[in-house]
Amino acid sequence: MELLRFATAGSVDDGKSTLIGRLLYDTKSIFQDQLEAIERTSLQMGNEYTNLALLTDGLRAEREQGITIDVAYRYFATPKRKFIIADTPGHIQYTRNMVTGASTADLALVLIDARNGVVEQSRRHAFLASLLRIPHLVVCVNKMDLVDFDQDAYEGVKAEFRDFAMKLDVADLTFIPVSALRGDNIVERSLNTPWYEGTSLLHHLEEVHIASDRNLIDARFPVQYVIRPQSDDHHDYRGYAGTVAGGVFKPGDEVMVLPSGFTTTIASIDTFDGPVDEAFPPMSVTIRLTDDLDVSRGDMICRPHNQPTAGQDIEAMVCWMSESTSLAPRMKLAVKHTTRSARVMVTDLQYRIDVNTLHRDDSATSLGLNEIGRVSLRCTHPLFFDEYRRNRTTGSIVLVDEVTNATVAAGMILGGVR
Amino acid sequence: MTATNYELSHLSHIEAESIHIFREVAAEFERPCLLFSGGKDSIVMLRLAEKAFHPARMPFPVMHIDTGHNFPEVLEFRDRHLAEVGARLVVASVQKSIDDGRVVEERGPRASRNRLQTTTLLDAIEEHRFDALFGGARRDEEKARAKERVYSFRDEFGQWDPKSQRPEIWSLYNGRIRQGEHIRVFPISNWTELDIWQYIRREGIGIPDVYFAHERRVFERDGMWLAECPYVDLLDGEEVTTRRVRYRTVGDMSCTGAVDSAASTIDQVIEEVSATRITERGATRADDRVSEAAMEDRKKEGYF
Repeated sequence: MELLRFATAGSVDDGKSTLIGRLLYDTKSIFQDQLEAIERTSLQMGNEYTNLALLTDGLRAEREQGITIDVAYRYFATPKRKFIIADTPGHIQYTRNMVTGASTADLALVLIDARNGVVEQSRRHAFLASLLRIPHLVVCVNKMDLVDFDQDAYEGVKAEFRDFAMKLDVADLTFIPVSALRGDNIVERSLNTPWYEGTSLLHHLEEVHIASDRNLIDARFPVQYVIRPQSDDHHDYRGYAGTVAGGVFKPGDEVMVLPSGFTTTIASIDTFDGPVDEAFPPMSVTIRLTDDLDVSRGDMICRPHNQPTAGQDIEAMVCWMSESTSLAPRMKLAVKHTTRSARVMVTDLQYRIDVNTLHRDDSATSLGLNEIGRVSLRCTHPLFFDEYRRNRTTGSIVLVDEVTNATVAAGMILGGVR
Repeated sequence: MTATNYELSHLSHIEAESIHIFREVAAEFERPCLLFSGGKDSIVMLRLAEKAFHPARMPFPVMHIDTGHNFPEVLEFRDRHLAEVGARLVVASVQKSIDDGRVVEERGPRASRNRLQTTTLLDAIEEHRFDALFGGARRDEEKARAKERVYSFRDEFGQWDPKSQRPEIWSLYNGRIRQGEHIRVFPISNWTELDIWQYIRREGIGIPDVYFAHERRVFERDGMWLAECPYVDLLDGEEVTTRRVRYRTVGDMSCTGAVDSAASTIDQVIEEVSATRITERGATRADDRVSEAAMEDRKKEGYF
């Protein structure tokens, strides 16, 4: 059974909570005591119907204000797959929460109200999904019951969205006409949409092919921790523990260690359960090398003829996440990239991008909370990176305020300096 | 593990992610510590920690917050299991906190030491200068826990501020703290109750007997079967009977309820868990029933 992570974004009005509630309910993932608890609370709050949003709005403040503030994670499983939902708020003031939820997702669900067509919010969600390079995008054209399951209404929304998506980098785009409230095309294919030839949403989630979304070509192993047992049994053991970030590693492979540039071969790939014949993402393993080299945390094991870019100058799209400060040129920050930590200076802010219109503002001088822009960064030490579009692990960074220790930005690497 | 098509089973996938978190903490913190209750989640945590550093020993101690109201079977299991694994045990005692006047014992038939643990825990963190504490909380357990980060920042008072949590993007965890602050780390955040059981079966890990069906003298309170024990006084009308029960969670004897069950093997437990319509905490924990936000309120004070 495989694991699939998907992110949803939206507000109560789109029927997002209803959709999630429906998926959980129909896969028997809502428990009786949870349902009773939210029924009680709904009644207390004076709601006319059981508010399924209460399932995910777990914090006191969220319940009091009736809004989703933070990402909530929900879990369900079918006999085919286990699913993790990152349920994120949809409004523009929560863009950073959407970015957080989207960062690890295999698939994004965008909801569009069939009556309203593609609105600003749907465009923003699709843009963020493409920016974070979520490989699969599913557009649920919702509330089909309110347009009498009219095929033309559905096709209209579809055409309008496709038009917009042409400007984006979306690898796999799927449309499904649904009614979350009534359950049409959620678990079973609906009789109300005989003209629709695709599958139900759940069926799509179960079947969509995600295994090839990982980069299995460029071998990347950021060294996370050096294992050296202080015991007589393993006197000379020296293993490099980490999570495979790309490619496939096998014992006997010729490898190069960065930054030293020394080459050697893999002696063995160890795990608690014994050595393995190959390691691929996202396996956590321990690599032993044939030669006794000086390798430590933050180093990168790769192949001599397929190396990441090593450099101190980086171009990146960043999403600024701090309420109290803004990003501006000359600013200095701590950076975390794979298992390496360093400091960076913002050398240039090239443009700010309007997340609703995709318009680039070249005259921008700063990025405030939830704003996204292209920056140039100068790093104190070389980082070993790939473009984010090639590898989401070796192509991503977070920036941290060195005074408050707050995480202030997520960055997607576009490349080294031209 | 099916290596041919480069696919991982969901258990191997979440296992790999958890191991990554253990290693990240060991690499970046000075004095981590693993919280261990003897319950199923902390038993899985211990196995993951073993795997993360194999063949070396895990580079941190294990701490048990001992309320003095434990199931004897669980204490016995704790000592045997930790000896087998070779883990170093630190015990912080709620009784000692009471004796030292740090906390006052609750009175009455519904008295519990659940809330008192927070002081004992925070005192121990300060005494041992721990800067990262691994906890076995899962997001599927409880709605406040569903909002918890993997790296959850605690200020110098041990407080959690759910409204200003650090964004957590990809698997790039921000562990930067000042002196006196600490991070609670939850490596099994994304595991569900069923994942825990399937993993225990796959790994063949031992667990305390109380998780399997057994005869026990119990009485009914608030719709749960509480065990007859020296720490709880019966209320008027409560009557002790012998029933065949098992525990879905393991906390204090005074506030953990048993469920009727005939499941005496792991397979039967998994079957039962798959079919149940009640959450594990809803079925068995008096401590969560204080109010709608009981867990959130306790967590803000520094609870697990």
